[in-house]
Formats: sequence, C-alpha cells, structure tokens
Amino acid sequence: MNLAIRDIRHKLSRFLLTAVGIGLLLMIVMGMAGIYQGLSEDALSFLERTKADLWVVQRGTRGPFAEISRIPWNLEDRVYAVTGVAKARAFVSHTIQREYQSRPLRMVVQGLAWPQDDGNVLPLIAGRVLGQAHYEMLADRTLGLRLGDRVSLGKDIYTVVGITAGMTGPAGDGFAFFTIPDSIAIQYDTPGEAIRLEREARRSRLRRQDLGNTQPILQERAAGPASQLPALGTQNVSAIMVNVAPGVDPARVAKVISGWSDVTVYFNNVQRELMLRSIERNRKQLGMFRTLLVIISAIIMALILYTLTLDKMHDIAMFKLMGARNRTIVALILQQALLLGALGYALAYSIGLWVFPFFPRRVAITSANLVQLALIVLAISVLSSLLGIWKAMSVQPNEILA
Amino acid sequence: MRDVSFQVRRGEVVALLGPSGAGKSTLLTAIGLVNPPTSGRITISGCPVMDGPRPLVNLRAFRRKYLGFVFQKANLIPFLNALENVQVALEINDASPRKARKRALELLEYLGVADRSHSLPSTLSGGQQQRVAVARALANNPSLILADEPTAALDSHRGRQVMELFRMVAHEHKAGVIVVTHDHRALDVFDRILEMEDGELRPFAVASSNS
Repeated sequence: MNLAIRDIRHKLSRFLLTAVGIGLLLMIVMGMAGIYQGLSEDALSFLERTKADLWVVQRGTRGPFAEISRIPWNLEDRVYAVTGVAKARAFVSHTIQREYQSRPLRMVVQGLAWPQDDGNVLPLIAGRVLGQAHYEMLADRTLGLRLGDRVSLGKDIYTVVGITAGMTGPAGDGFAFFTIPDSIAIQYDTPGEAIRLEREARRSRLRRQDLGNTQPILQERAAGPASQLPALGTQNVSAIMVNVAPGVDPARVAKVISGWSDVTVYFNNVQRELMLRSIERNRKQLGMFRTLLVIISAIIMALILYTLTLDKMHDIAMFKLMGARNRTIVALILQQALLLGALGYALAYSIGLWVFPFFPRRVAITSANLVQLALIVLAISVLSSLLGIWKAMSVQPNEILA
Repeated sequence: MRDVSFQVRRGEVVALLGPSGAGKSTLLTAIGLVNPPTSGRITISGCPVMDGPRPLVNLRAFRRKYLGFVFQKANLIPFLNALENVQVALEINDASPRKARKRALELLEYLGVADRSHSLPSTLSGGQQQRVAVARALANNPSLILADEPTAALDSHRGRQVMELFRMVAHEHKAGVIVVTHDHRALDVFDRILEMEDGELRPFAVASSNS
C-alpha cells in the first residue's frame, strides 16, 4: 500500500492548498524564464525574419538596433553594385511616441523597402501587406490598433491595413511598418513653426555677413521652398540589408564593402549578438531574480515538508516500533515531496498558460524552459525532502511510549 | 530495574502490576527491544537478542517478526483505516498486499470489528480502536505481545473485554502476553500476576488454571 497517497488523502485540502502555493511560486519562476526568453525573442523578432546575410550601417556604430545609425539612402545603389550582391534593401528603424485617441502610442517605426519588402515575411494575423508606396501601415497587435484605423503621424494620415503578432522591440514597444519614404517623413517631420524660425534665422545670419549683403539673391534662396532641408539634403536610412547571390561567400562581399571608409558591415549572426548584448543587463537581472526565486522555492518546500514530517513524528515512531525499514519511511516523505513538486509544476503550467498572455511583455515558454524547470522542481523536491527525512530518521520508537 | 529475571511461556497471559515509577514501562521497553538494559540478557523464542546494551540481532527486523505492541492509546495510524492499520503491519513484514489484506480482514473478523474495517480510527470507539490495535499486534503471529496500560482509557466493561481478548489471543494463538496495568478489576483473566516495586519484581498472586 502507498502510505504517501493515504496520508495525502487524509489531509487532502491542506495538501492541495500547499500545492497551489508552491504552484504559484513555480509559476513566477516559469514566468521569469519566459520573460527572459521573451526579451531575446522580442529583440530578435524582426532580425530573424529578414534573413539578411549582411547589414551595412554607419561607420563605427553598432546599428541599426543596438545603436542609432544614419547612412545615405543612396548607399543602397552603391551596395547593390558590388559583385555577388543579389539584393540590397534600405531599412529604417526608430522609436516614436504620439497621442492617439487620447492615449500615448509608443511604437518602433520600421521602414521597409517597398515594393521589394512589402511585409510578406511578417507574421500577419489580419489584413494584408503594404500595397502602395505611401500612407499605409502594418501594426503589431500590442499597439491596440485595428484594421482600418487612421493614425496621424507627422503631416500625414496612415491607414492600418495589416495586423501582426509577436513583433515587438527590445523595450517591449510594438512594431509599426511603413514604406521607407513614409518612415523618413515621420522621423524627420518638422513642425511648420520650426521651418519658419529656421528660415528667419538663415536670413538673419546672412544679413550679418558680407556675403548676404553683397548678394541679396542668397537671402531669397535661403528662405525659399528650394532651401528646405528634405528637398536638398540627403535622406538617411538606418541600414542597408544585403542578400548575396547563391553560391557567393558573404565574407567576400563583406570584405569589399568594409573597405569603404563611411560604413561598417556586420554579418547577420554578429547583428544577432549585438542585439542580445544590448539586452544583456536585463537578462542578467531576470536571471538573478529567477535564481533567487528557485532558492526561495526550495527553502519554502523544505520547510513545508519538514512541517508535514513533524506532524507525522508519532506515526513514524509507531512504524519504527512495528519494525518498518528506513526505506519505507524515506519513501513516505520522498514520495510526498515529489507529488507536491509534480502537482505544483502542473498548476504552475496551467495557471501560467492562462495568466501569461495578460502580461505586458511577451512571456515565451519554450519546451527547453519547461524541461529545465521540471528538472529544477525534481531537484528541489528531493533536496527539500532531506530535512524531513533527517528528522524522521532521528525519531526513536520508544517515543511512542513517552 | 534491579536484578529482574523472569520467563513468560507461549500461551501465557501475565499481568505486571505496580505503582507509577516502579519500573514497569522500563521493563516493557527493554523486553520490547526499544530501550536496552544496562546489563543482563533477553531471550525471545529461544533466540538471545540482547546482551546488556549490545544487540545480538537486527532489532527492528526482530520486532516486526516476533513482537506485537498494544498501548493505552491505541496509537493507530490516523490516515489508515482499520483494515489498513492491520494490513500495514503485514506488509512491513514483507507480505504481499493481497495476502496482507486477506489476513487483516480475518483478524478483524476474529476480533469482532470487521464491520468497521473501512473506518478511520477517529470514527471508532475506544474499545474498537483497541481491538484493531490487538489485531495489528497479532498480524505477524508474534511470539510475544506487550501491552502497556491497554485499558486505562476504557470503562470497566470495555476494559474487561479487552483483557479477555488478550486471554483468548494468548491461548488460541499461542503467544505470550505481558500486560502492564494498574487495573485490579480483571486480574482473574491472567495466568500469572507479577508485581514491581522500586525496580524489583516479585510474584503477586498465581491465578487458578480455570480462569
């Protein structure tokens, strides 16, 4: 007969309540691992989908994700001209926060090289990809936008034509995808008053110089429409994504591009490492909390099992008096520890499945995490039973007669 | 205990009387291989088991095969029902669960509590609990049953019933029974009565063979 099961049955409500408590604690451990994993997945969500071989960014920077990078858009043509390059696409990434329907809307603006990149690699759950060069956007569902919503950004209005899932940045902000010109217009949107002030400042600077006084036509040009920065200035993007032709060694292409003095080239796996390093501190923090929680769970389980054993000391003395072997008593305590751990784990998983989707950040529970946690729970169960077993072994059968 | 020396035969019921602090429980725990004596020898079923404080056999294994215990409080395991309380004693002695269950049921029937076999100890009366405790003590056909104040918590009617139970068990199962008791009301059921005072053991009275 199984003594552990019978003892549990006798005090079922207490056992179940204890299991719920352990389960909630383990759920937090599981959630921490999930947030830890989610941070990585968020950081890499877009990178993994682009499948670019190389990333060309501003010289000396770790852009476009770990750091700001600004390179001329026309670099796309220069890169495309390199032997072995099959595709070169511009890419824009920056974070903005605007007001939308009286609430702050914070998003990571991603510019896609439409029509080459129309969002077909993205995990769309509703709507369609970008269908025109301007005024359309794809929004991640974490932004709370719906298909057909019209969002005012800069001087234009963009219609949501597609909704994605699981596309968030390292800081947890949802992605919004536009065409490159639209993303640049949003990034460099300048209020009218700022333009007027800049025009007047230029006129004022010219009037203070001989050049302005000797050539009055310059004052007119400095303030006219032709002098507006977007019209004359070079439009910048964050990076150029490069795909090499089949059979071409990406290292060879990288060697050519890295010889240019205005850019830096990263392989996709290096870009990946840069991304993960940018969230390293967060990951370490979560990792430490998780370790602490595991230790706390082990201590709490040990105390619970010790208390359960103390409740049974008289019965254990009786078993010893009847001649029960040590292994019978060890099995009683160890089986209860394992059952408590198993039930706690099952409750952690079930409750977690229900609760985690409501968390503001992605909680990504992988099979590896589940297996790892199961092993941790097994180890905790065994270790925490040791205290109870030690106490049980110390009881003497003559205590029955006390 | 001071130079205590006596024998109990199989099938004999012996009462051990004496005031509190006389050494009765000390003697019982020594015979029960729970508290070793300082000196002297203990032999059970012809097998020397203790030589002073030194055990000559595996005491726990010996207890489960040759000894049975009944206490003032029945000390039944609270999370096992009556049947399981007896069954566990058999399984501890390596009986298969099926055989253990069958034997346990037979013992409960023999002791008149089979109708309560699925009841937890908390729902049994004091007398019923003691019957289950006696069944448990008998489970492995012990050579010797040790009972420490088994009727102290019972009224005189039930107390006598339990004492008569011991007599029946001793005679039918050929087990020696030693009962430590303060209760003088049912002394006629015993084959022999010993008295302990200040650690010394002496005969109190010898009951008639017809009792």
